[in-house]
Amino acid sequence: MDKSTGKQYKLIHCTVNGKEREVMVDVRASLTDLLRNDFRLTSVKKGCEVGECGACNVIIDGECFNSCIYLAVWADGKDILTLEGLEGPNGEISDIQQAFIDEAAVQCGFCTPGAIMSAVEILNEGRLLSDEEIRIRMSGHLCRCTGYENIFRAVKKTMLKRLEAGNRKQE
Amino acid sequence: MYDIKALYEAASVAEAIRLLQEHPRAQIIAGGSDVLVQIREGRRAGAELVSIYGIDALRGVTFDGEGAIRIGSLTSFSHIAASPIIREKIGVLGEAVSLVGGPQIRNIGTIGGNTCNGVTSADSASTLLAWDAVVELTGPEGIRRLPIRDFYIRAGVVDLRSAELQTAIIIPKAAYEGYFGHYIKYAMREAMDIATLGCSVNVALSDDRKTIRDARIAYGVAGPVPMRAPSAEAAAVGRPVCADTVAAFARAVLSDIHPRDSWRAARAFREHIAVELARRALTKSIELAGGALDG
Ligand SMILES: Cc1cc2nc3c(=O)[nH]c(=O)nc-3n(C[C@H](O)[C@H](O)[C@H](O)COP(=O)(O)OP(=O)(O)OC[C@H]3O[C@@H](n4cnc5c(N)ncnc54)[C@H](O)[C@@H]3O)c2cc1C
Ligand code: FES
Ligand code: FES
Repeated sequence: MDKSTGKQYKLIHCTVNGKEREVMVDVRASLTDLLRNDFRLTSVKKGCEVGECGACNVIIDGECFNSCIYLAVWADGKDILTLEGLEGPNGEISDIQQAFIDEAAVQCGFCTPGAIMSAVEILNEGRLLSDEEIRIRMSGHLCRCTGYENIFRAVKKTMLKRLEAGNRKQE
Repeated sequence: MYDIKALYEAASVAEAIRLLQEHPRAQIIAGGSDVLVQIREGRRAGAELVSIYGIDALRGVTFDGEGAIRIGSLTSFSHIAASPIIREKIGVLGEAVSLVGGPQIRNIGTIGGNTCNGVTSADSASTLLAWDAVVELTGPEGIRRLPIRDFYIRAGVVDLRSAELQTAIIIPKAAYEGYFGHYIKYAMREAMDIATLGCSVNVALSDDRKTIRDARIAYGVAGPVPMRAPSAEAAAVGRPVCADTVAAFARAVLSDIHPRDSWRAARAFREHIAVELARRALTKSIELAGGALDG
């Protein structure tokens, strides 16, 4: 604790989008604060900031978390993936991002990065989910524009495409 | 930035107890899905916190020596739902916690937080009550265990002594073996909503599946804390498996529960659905136990 200011900091180590990072964090910071302010990862949106909307969703050690209700100090030792981490080596966007565009699952775009990260978690499981399961797994996101149906279609389409590509490889 | 006065991180239970003793005003933060929201709202602004989120020893579902199911207090809802032990022995608990919030909340929210918050609508609470769960608390004087129904004192207040933390929730073998259960959350939305009423029932049937050997029922939001409905249980135990028994059981809950009027629902409405949920949850539990209502 810094006695003159009353502020308290902690040095943490974590991996962010594949890069190892070492950073001094204010213990009062949320992971959203850390990712946006220190790493300029502005795909991580500040929506409700109380865990309701999913706009700040990121993947930590393979699972989705709303970073607004996750303390930055807890990121110590963790592997964090944000939407920026989906970018290919030459700046290409990923299949799920392209599907969101193709299916008109993006309007204002505010919910999009968070929703895509939930889709990534699902797709990484590499299995076939029922429509009902996809809806449940995407239910932690509020979207005021699209009416959800296009988001659902983008996720399902990408899931089927990936499973088909996987099957072809096996043959 | 959160309005947090100071944060102390514990890596072990012993360290958590020591930090709580050194900072008597500090509050425990586990996953923080209640605590951080309350700090944001101002209700807990300026708090000193002891974070137990890093104590990995408190995560996981295991069997103890006597065949009891031991759920570490920091186990997240999604890990409880995915646990093979929970799926095999008390599937209803996995189903109940899968109705909490949405997927991201189920990854951060812990069962310890869901019970220590003393909240009547907590989705795990009625099922834990209905399965005679035992709460394990560890503090400066060592470990003590108490039935979860004694853990709840009043709305928002549980029996946690100073510098004590909840370290596990235990379901004894006698409480789960041969029982089958079902939980119904009545809410306005299918996701990201708090229960208007929650009802968890389980039964054990006789060997010929014609008689109810034991029946247990608990509610959330039917009173200031999660509660059992003993009159309903008495109306079913030892009775034949039939529609009349189920109806008598469901009617009897009205002598046990005392829901209130709130913006979410009126008292009369809660009473109405309490009876209906009891009927449906018992019917389903009997079905799961291999019984048939029509004979
Ligand atoms: C958007 C949103 C939706 C939600 N939806 C639901 C829902 O549908 N159903 C539901 O039941 N809940 C819901 N919740 C509430 C919350 O997620 C749960 O109550 C969760 O279980 C809290 O666990 P936690 O680890 O995050 O607790 P924390 O916020 O860390 O702690 C909660 C309380 O318990 C105390 N505590 C925590 N762990 C311990 C311990 N081991 N020993 C002693 N004290 C402890 C803390 O001091 C605090 O008072 C929701 C929350 C949010 C933000
Ligand atoms: S900004 Fe985090 S859930 Fe809304
Ligand atoms: S696209 Fe605008 S909120 Fe979802």
